[in-house]
Amino acid sequence: MQRVSFLESFGKWSTGLLLVGPLIVLTWVVHLFGGEVLQRILTVLFINLSMVLGLQIFMGNSGVVSFAQIGFMGVGAYASALFSMSPQAKAMALRNLYSWLVPVQVPFVLAVIFGGIIAALVAALVGYPLMRLSGAAAVIATFALLIIVHTVLINWSEVTNGPRTLFGLEAYTTLWVSAAVGILFLLLALWFKETSLGLQLRASREDEAAAASVGINIVWVRWVAFVLAAFVTGVAGALWAHFITSFSPLAFYLPQTFLIISMAIIGGSASVSGAVVGALAVTAIFEGVRSIENAINISALLPFTVSGLTEVCLSVAMILILILRPSGILGSREIHIGRSAGR
Amino acid sequence: MRISEMCEEGSEQVNVLQEVLQFIINALSLGGLYALMALGLVIVYGILRLVNFAYGELVMVAGYTLLMLGAGPIPWLIVAAISVGMAVLTSLLLERVAFRPVRQASATTMLITSFAVSALLQNAAILFVSPRAKAVVTPSFFTENFQIGSLLISKGNLASLVVSLLLLGLLTLFLRRTLLGIALRAAADDFVMTRLVGIRANQVIATAFAISGFLAGVVALFWIGRLGSVGPFVGSTPVLVAFVAAVVGGMESLTGAVIGGYLLGTLTVGLQLVLPQSLLDYRQAFVFAIVLLVLLFRPQGLVRGTAVTERV
Repeated sequence: MQRVSFLESFGKWSTGLLLVGPLIVLTWVVHLFGGEVLQRILTVLFINLSMVLGLQIFMGNSGVVSFAQIGFMGVGAYASALFSMSPQAKAMALRNLYSWLVPVQVPFVLAVIFGGIIAALVAALVGYPLMRLSGAAAVIATFALLIIVHTVLINWSEVTNGPRTLFGLEAYTTLWVSAAVGILFLLLALWFKETSLGLQLRASREDEAAAASVGINIVWVRWVAFVLAAFVTGVAGALWAHFITSFSPLAFYLPQTFLIISMAIIGGSASVSGAVVGALAVTAIFEGVRSIENAINISALLPFTVSGLTEVCLSVAMILILILRPSGILGSREIHIGRSAGR
Repeated sequence: MRISEMCEEGSEQVNVLQEVLQFIINALSLGGLYALMALGLVIVYGILRLVNFAYGELVMVAGYTLLMLGAGPIPWLIVAAISVGMAVLTSLLLERVAFRPVRQASATTMLITSFAVSALLQNAAILFVSPRAKAVVTPSFFTENFQIGSLLISKGNLASLVVSLLLLGLLTLFLRRTLLGIALRAAADDFVMTRLVGIRANQVIATAFAISGFLAGVVALFWIGRLGSVGPFVGSTPVLVAFVAAVVGGMESLTGAVIGGYLLGTLTVGLQLVLPQSLLDYRQAFVFAIVLLVLLFRPQGLVRGTAVTERV
């Protein structure tokens, strides 16, 4: 008896080990032997992984699709930039910035956390009333939210430099920083699923009426997950901003939304393992096809430049997964050793 | 002195009348276009509960057909007919290949499928045509104006006004008088019951997609006539407009979609007149804030459908 229960508890914890271990090994190998290109790809992979995990925390556990996540990525990116840039850099890049914001500068780690907190605050303020909605209404509402955030980012030129590129950020985000944050969020997502709140949320995903009938406050549990997801996505956006160092509001719109949602769908959004597998698989497809695309363009094999091939392959893969395996590669199962890891 | 003052007053009144007439024509013409867009979206949603993101790409397909054939020797009206036909074909094809296999899945799965289909078509256009927008040869008709008294009316606007009213009338006749149309409305009300009385599901759904494609095709003619160019993302504004109009009017009701379309058209033309330039840039944010408010306080839209909706 003792042995079985040990195996059971190990099964629960093995998921974290099985997911984190290979990721650390991968990072170590790429750090030692990979070229700069490979290191950059892996850095972006971990940032995208954080965003997929943000989506998993909300969408995976609640079953409510959210198109608004990438808006929070944008909020995190711009907010952290305002905190991390030096007054000189701000004077160069943001000429019309409010004067009280110009001298504000905090260390990178704090700036990233502030970025996440501000994204979470925005989500907390606008999110509560939206949590009543589910199904198609939720999709259109969160889609509307994404468009509103995008419109504000484009037009609030005092803070964002408008539709133009914001430049002058320091490249603080290294491979190890993004790997550490990605792994931290992975453990957070695994932990959140098993908390009482996570269980209530998953119950509401399976059957709203039944969950409400046993006293689960669906709006409240969804709201908490939504805010937590916005924090995770905001931090990921902040990391991305300090990796890419110059960007415009267009980076936080439909193409990025498509990428992150495709990762969640292909891997299976109901499990954390699915998010990891999805991020890895989509990055592999994406980078693989892109190198083919580049090879074609460089060799001038065709009389025109090829672009859009990566997205075409990605959307075909996504449609096939949706038709053949609607719950994704892993579905709602977690990778684990032992008998039970729960759903 | 007094006479000249009276004259001025009179001409001011004429000016006001003129502006009001101009406003009505512009609002009705844009509203008619928006109503057609919304109707094309809702007619599929009503039956399948599918929010079709790929609807805008039907406009794009029709637009590219206009682009390819428009420069040739074929008369424009025939090119236009072929373009609408291509949109219908594409719509039917998508239904068969992408949407029928996921029909039994959850509404979320269907929706994400349509999102993927939309991305697929957009990027296929980038890959096979060009990432940039290309100028389309449109008949001079769209840019010409004619005058009644001192009122200047754009022929394109007048045409879209007339055509949208005509199409709405024909569609109403089809939905009320023909067996297929009645089956379509019945299916939107209660799909299971409709199948139980012997209506073939595939036929009804295919009809809905065909009408959706047809409306997208007609919208494309006027939309691209207004823009004068077509690119991979030409469908994104129409599909957003259709979303907004449909949500405001009521996703469950065809009448609601039409009302929502005309309302949004009037609002758009009105905001352009009323809002100061500095706020005009935020117009899109305002419009979508209205969508959020409608969803929160009246999720069923202005016109409630007959079907019972699920609410928490």
